[in-house]
Parts: sequence; structure tokens; C-alpha cells
Amino acid sequence: MATTTTTVPSAGPITGSRSFLSRLRDGDEIARLVTFIFAGSVVLITLLLVFELWRESYLPRHKFGLGFFVTSVWDPIFDKFGALPFIYGTVVTAGVALLIAVPLGIGAAIFLAELAPARISDTLQFFIDLLAAVPSVIYGLLGVFVVIPMMRQYIQPALKSSLGFLPFFQGPAYGVGFLTAGIVLAIMVIPYIISVSREVLISVPRDQREAALALGSTRWESTWKVVLPFARTGIMGSIFLALARALGETMAVTMVIGNTPTISASLFSPGYSIAAVIANEFTEATGDLYLQSLIELGLVLFLLTFLLNGLARLLIVVTSQRGSGMGQA
Amino acid sequence: MSHRLRWRKFVSHFMLTMTGLCALVAVAVLFFILGYLVYHGGTSVSWDFFTKLPAPVGETGGGMANAIVGSAKLLLLATLLGVPIGFFGAIYLAEFSGGTIAFVVRYAADLLNGVPSIVIGIFAYSLVVLPFKHFSTLAGGFALGLMMIPITLRSTEEFLRTVPRALREGAMALGASQWKTIASVVVPAAYRGILTAILLAFARVAGETAPLLFTALGNRFWSPGWNQPTASLPVMIFTYAIAPYDDWHRQAWAAGLVLLGLILIINIIARVILSRGVAVPRT
Amino acid sequence: MASVRSAVSVKITPPVLTPTSREPQAPLVMRMTISKVNFYYGTKQVLFDINLNIASNKVTSLIGPSGCGKSTLLRTLNRMHETVRSARLEGEILVDNQNILAQDVTALRRRVGMVFQRPNPFPKSIFDNVAYGLRINGVKGSMADAVEKSLRHAALWDEVKDQLHKSAYELSGGQQQRLCIARALAVEPEVLLLDEPCSALDPISTAKIEELLVQLRDLCTIVIVTHNMQQAARVSDFTAFLLTGQLIEFSPTPQLFTTPSDARTEAYITGRFG
Repeated sequence: MATTTTTVPSAGPITGSRSFLSRLRDGDEIARLVTFIFAGSVVLITLLLVFELWRESYLPRHKFGLGFFVTSVWDPIFDKFGALPFIYGTVVTAGVALLIAVPLGIGAAIFLAELAPARISDTLQFFIDLLAAVPSVIYGLLGVFVVIPMMRQYIQPALKSSLGFLPFFQGPAYGVGFLTAGIVLAIMVIPYIISVSREVLISVPRDQREAALALGSTRWESTWKVVLPFARTGIMGSIFLALARALGETMAVTMVIGNTPTISASLFSPGYSIAAVIANEFTEATGDLYLQSLIELGLVLFLLTFLLNGLARLLIVVTSQRGSGMGQA
Repeated sequence: MSHRLRWRKFVSHFMLTMTGLCALVAVAVLFFILGYLVYHGGTSVSWDFFTKLPAPVGETGGGMANAIVGSAKLLLLATLLGVPIGFFGAIYLAEFSGGTIAFVVRYAADLLNGVPSIVIGIFAYSLVVLPFKHFSTLAGGFALGLMMIPITLRSTEEFLRTVPRALREGAMALGASQWKTIASVVVPAAYRGILTAILLAFARVAGETAPLLFTALGNRFWSPGWNQPTASLPVMIFTYAIAPYDDWHRQAWAAGLVLLGLILIINIIARVILSRGVAVPRT
Repeated sequence: MASVRSAVSVKITPPVLTPTSREPQAPLVMRMTISKVNFYYGTKQVLFDINLNIASNKVTSLIGPSGCGKSTLLRTLNRMHETVRSARLEGEILVDNQNILAQDVTALRRRVGMVFQRPNPFPKSIFDNVAYGLRINGVKGSMADAVEKSLRHAALWDEVKDQLHKSAYELSGGQQQRLCIARALAVEPEVLLLDEPCSALDPISTAKIEELLVQLRDLCTIVIVTHNMQQAARVSDFTAFLLTGQLIEFSPTPQLFTTPSDARTEAYITGRFG
């Protein structure tokens, strides 16, 4: 779910300056303490999570160091673990997903924010919110039984015959692989791009559009040359959010990517992602080094999504502030 | 009209039509998913599905009764963990706290919210599975509960903040202490939003699979108590879908239909509740 | 359709309301004609039977209390009302004898430009803001001369000539508004509409813009909405007074302010209500 740290109008704490004793008598201090403990536990849990990830990955960190990130061998038998194939797979599938989802998502957001009458826009947004609520495993289900056959029988052969000279579209067409996973991921992240971009576009001040129209722009020109650039940082934020979601996505990917630690330029090739390998091999991991290598992969994933989410929120906040702060003397 | 203007207008109409198509495609996906599930799973959702245990591997028939009960137990645990922390933590943020602590708590909640669900699973594994030395419903419930916390916390806080200051001051002017004000005036005023937040958080974790893979694991039989591994709907769907048996595929569709149906119904109910009340920010 | 760059404007003997004058005057050329205009938002009528002529190369101001419909009327002149779904316009508005509803709206808006109440420069550089209108109309190559010309007309050139590539948002409010004027002037409109252009500005910036408007008459016809009567008196040649959607009086400015012919006009300008 997309969260933003928007500043909310505050009807905040009324504590005043009553004496401690009178507050204690009324039970207010206890209430404050109890709720503080609950709130504090959130911080504690989060800290503990990071700590555990760090602690439970010390073996591979000491043994492989930074080489972990550039080794492409993943050999449980000989205790050699390298993260490269998984990082590669995660990045490639996320990249394919964004290539598909960003134009579609922004296009849909433009329609909803600029063209559709309010009622239709809200109704469609309602459906898109429902789409965001569909669990990953259901996308996986459709991925396995709908997308894979479609890829194998129609799309991959078509791509091969028309664009087969490119290294991306070579090799046998199994149906699974980077491209398939990318397509399924694209469908999963579109709702996030649409929701956030739509809100950002709606928040662009009306008079920007009007200024463009008053200069004799067509509606498309005013949208493309004025409104979108104005909302550009917020839309970037939505893309980062979508990217973070795509990187962490587990079930749908593992059901369609082929689960082979391969690095290949071909998008038809089966591959693996960080989340997928953890999901598949965690319970099979024999030996501490194996298990902790998987945990280190989890740490990497955590850091990546942490950075992206932070950036995303920053960008979205910046746009909303910009909308209110311009045009002042 | 000059040629150039004619071209510009054409481009405008064309591009705007394309954006409409994009929106249509996005929404169509939802209906496609639903339609497909109904078509393939509709016939398999039977009384057996809800009441029977899975048949031995390779045999047809059987149901997912244990997975349904397992999911219910997991969600119960998750709610017991996630909702109180989220709810009371939000009360602290909205009613008692100052700026810095509030910032830190919110930041931690947002961070927790962004953690990929598989990593939450790792955390729950190291915290609950390892010390107890086995997979359990407890561990799975813990993982799901963790995921419910940030959603409940942030949404509840936002809804509490929309309650006007005047309401609180009115109660306090009558001599109510702060906690009485919160309990008797503020929370009831915001109940719609809070309920919505809880429902949406519930619906979100109901479909989660990854964190259960190495906490609750799975079980082809009943899971008595809270300390044994347990089957759950999402994990069953996953297991059955990637298996080579057609009958299992059929059951996976049925389970998918039941799961998605449940989640969508909860979502719709939550949003309807919300729209009856004051308009407030979405999660 | 005839080229709109023609310098010949048709002289009309107006059958509709023109500035009533008690002194003989040179024959006026009418740039815009507004006849029998009624305007609705949904079922609510906001303008009632407006008949008005806008004289070429003069400044016409629309005054009246809040909510009297002056901005609404202004926005019909370049069909900006069409951005609101429930808006409905009845009647006839002509620019150079061509019905504005019969021509393409994009082409119309190039001939009839608008400056808004609050400065709204685009998030681009100063140069790109002014060049925007030129670019979308396909002007290629160096626009430096055209941009300089517009900025000079808007009395902004000297202040920004060394910083053309800085963001428009780094300018002060008054400068931003002059930039918006330059931006509108760049496409060489025949009519320039200004909707309370100084209401968000300080007195010094306001004075600069008022000075500017008087000079811009040579370039184009100006229609300005203002809630500031003194401004109307300072700047305009003709003034129209509106009240609750009706045109009460339309006269040459000195006459309207010294010897108004309607009692309501007099009440408004003497401050008895507003």
C-alpha cells in the first residue's frame, strides 16, 4: 500500500499545563504511559528487525564480504554463494515491469485526472484500488495458467520472428522467464502508479492549465507541456513506489520466472529474483552458511526498498508543497 | 484552419483517446481476473471444498477445510497483535505525543510498512521459529500481525486527527479527563475511519503468502492448538498451482475465487463504510 | 477563413449599447461586439442580457461588487468558461465580426489572450515561459528576438535580461505577473484580457503594471476586470459597471466617474456599497 507522510491537519494533543499529580489521579498519566508503550513497541520492532537481519547474516558477510554481490555462483553443495544472478533477475524484471507499467499508468492517470468527469474518475479509481488489493498469489495463479501459455504460444514466437535479431528476444520460448515475470509485475504495480499520479495531477493548480489553454494550447499540449512537468517530481515518486513494490514482490514472480539462477541477456530465459530464491530455498537450506546467505539477500532487499520508499515519499511531499507555494509575491 | 493547427488538434484527440484506452485496460484487468476465477473456480467451490481435508497426494477430491480454518486462526492472531498496537499507538501519536517522538514512531511505521513481506517472514522465523525450534501457527500469526501494525497505526492516527478540536474541548470543559475524552468522544467520532483501517489491514494480510512460507509452513491435516505448522489458503493456492496435478489446479482456482472474493468483499464494505462518513484521506 | 492578421477592422455603427458620450468624438472602431449574452452555470443564471462593444486599441474596464459577474463575462470572451462543464453561454460574441463560437477555440485563444488574477508562470525558465506560445505554434529557430520584444513590451526586459535561463519562480510576484503579460503578448494577440491582474500584488508592482497597460493600447485592445475603482479611473478609456449579472452603465471613464447616469452606479462609486 502506498503511504505518504503528508502533514495532516492537526487536532492534536491538549495536554496543557496541569500538574503531574492531578493528571495521575485522573488516570491520564497511565493512559499516556500505556499508549506510549504501544507506540514505542513499533519502533522497537522495527529496530529489532534490522538488528536481526544484520545479526543473522554475519557468516556470509564475513566469508564473502563485498564479493557476495558480484559472484554469480550459487552452489549450496560447495558452499559457494553469490548474489549476482538474483540481483540481476530482480533488476531486470523490475525494469521490464516499469517499462510497461509507467506509460500505461501515467496515461491512465492523465485520463482520470484531466479528462474524465469527477464521477467517472472516482468510480474508475475505486476499481483500481480494488485491483491493488488483489493478493500476489492470485496474480501468480493467473500468471501460471494464463500468461505463461499465452507467452509460449503467441507472444514469444511473435517477438522472436519480428525482433529476434535483438539479443533480448532470442533463445527457446518456454513461456516462463524474465519477460513473463516482468509483465505480471507490470500488472501488479500499475494501480500504484495510477493512484499516486492521479492525486498528484489533480493537485496541480488549476491556473497552470488555464494559462496554457489561454495561450492557445490544445488540451494535450497543456497536459503534456505544462501539467505533467509541474507534477514531475510527484510522478517520479509514484514510480519509485512502484519500483519498491516490484522489487519485493515474491509469489507472483516465483511462479512465473523459472527459478533458475541464470544471467542472460535474453528476456525469454528463465531466471531468479532475490525474493523468489528466499521463498523457494529457505526451508530447504542445509547448514548455517546457506541459510544466512539467504538472510543476507533479505537484508539487501530490505535496504533497496528502504531507500526507494524514502526517496519516493520525499518526492511526493515536495510536489504537494510546490503546488501551494507558487505564485506568491 | 491551418495545417499545423489541424495536426495539433489531431494529435490532441489521438493522445487523449490513448489515455482513455490505458485507463480502460487497467480496469479491464480487474474484471478479467474476476471473470477468470469465477469461470474456472466457480464449479469447484463445493460443500466438499469447505469441509473436507486434502486428499492424499495424487488422488482427486478432498477439500481445503484445514486451510480455511488455518487462515482463520492466523488472521485471528494477526488481528490480536496488530490492531491493539496500531490502535493504541495511534492514540498516543494523536493525543499525547510531542513532535519528535511522533516523527520517530511514524517513520518506523512507514519503514515497517515498506518491508517486503518475505523479509517479514525472515524476521518472524528468527524471532519465533528458531527459539521454539519448530514452525507454528504462532509464528505465522506473528508475521501477519507485524504487517497489520503500520496500516492500522497510520490510518487510525489520521482519522483521530480529523476529529475537531472543539469536540475534545467540549468534553474537557465538562470535567472529563483526557483519557475519558478520548474513549467517550474522540474514538466514537472517528470510529468509521478506524473500522475501515482495520478492515483494510485485515484484507491486506489475508492474502499474504510469502511470510507464511517459513513460519506457518503448511500442513495436509488439521493443526491443533497454536504450536504446529498449519495450512492456509494462500499457501495452498501456491502449492497446488505449481504442482503437476490437474485436480489440484482445479482446487487452486476454487481457493483463489474464495480468497479473492473474501478480500474484495471486505474492501468494498470498508470503502462503503467510509463513504458514509466524512471524506478522509485514503490509506 | 480569412487571415486574422489583417490590419483592417470593420467600422460598425453599433445598434447596441455603446459608450454614451455628451461630447463629439472621433468615430470608434469596435474590436469586439457582445450581444444579448446570457450565461448559466447549470440552471443558475449569472449574466443577464449583456450588450457591450469593446473599442479597438482602447482600455475597457469592467467594475462592480464581488459576485456581479465581471470575471464570468471576461472569461466568455476567450471561451475559458468551457473548462467548466456546467457552463452555458447564449448570445453572440464577435471578434472582428467573426463569431467566437464558430471558430476553432485554440485559434481564438491565440487572438484573445488572458492574464490571470494570480501570477501563474510555468515551472520553466523565464525564456521558456515567454517562448511557450511561440513554440506550440510551430515557430522554429531562434526566438531570442521575439522573447526580448515581448519582455520589453512588458517592461521586464531590463530586470531579467541577464537571467533569462533562471526559473520563473525566482522572480518576485510583481515580476512574475509582468512575465505572464510578456508570455501572453508573445503570440501577438489582438485583444488582451486581464482578470484583476494586480489584486495579489503590492502597490509598487501595481503601479508598474498600470503604467504598462496604458502603453499597451498601441499593441492591442485591452479589457480589464478590476475591483479597484481608482485603478479603473486611472487606467481605462471606457468603463462598464455590472451589478448582479446585469450591465448597468457603460460610458467613457471620466464621464462614468464624474457624472454617472444611473443611481446605482453613483451609489457604487461613492462607496455606499461594494
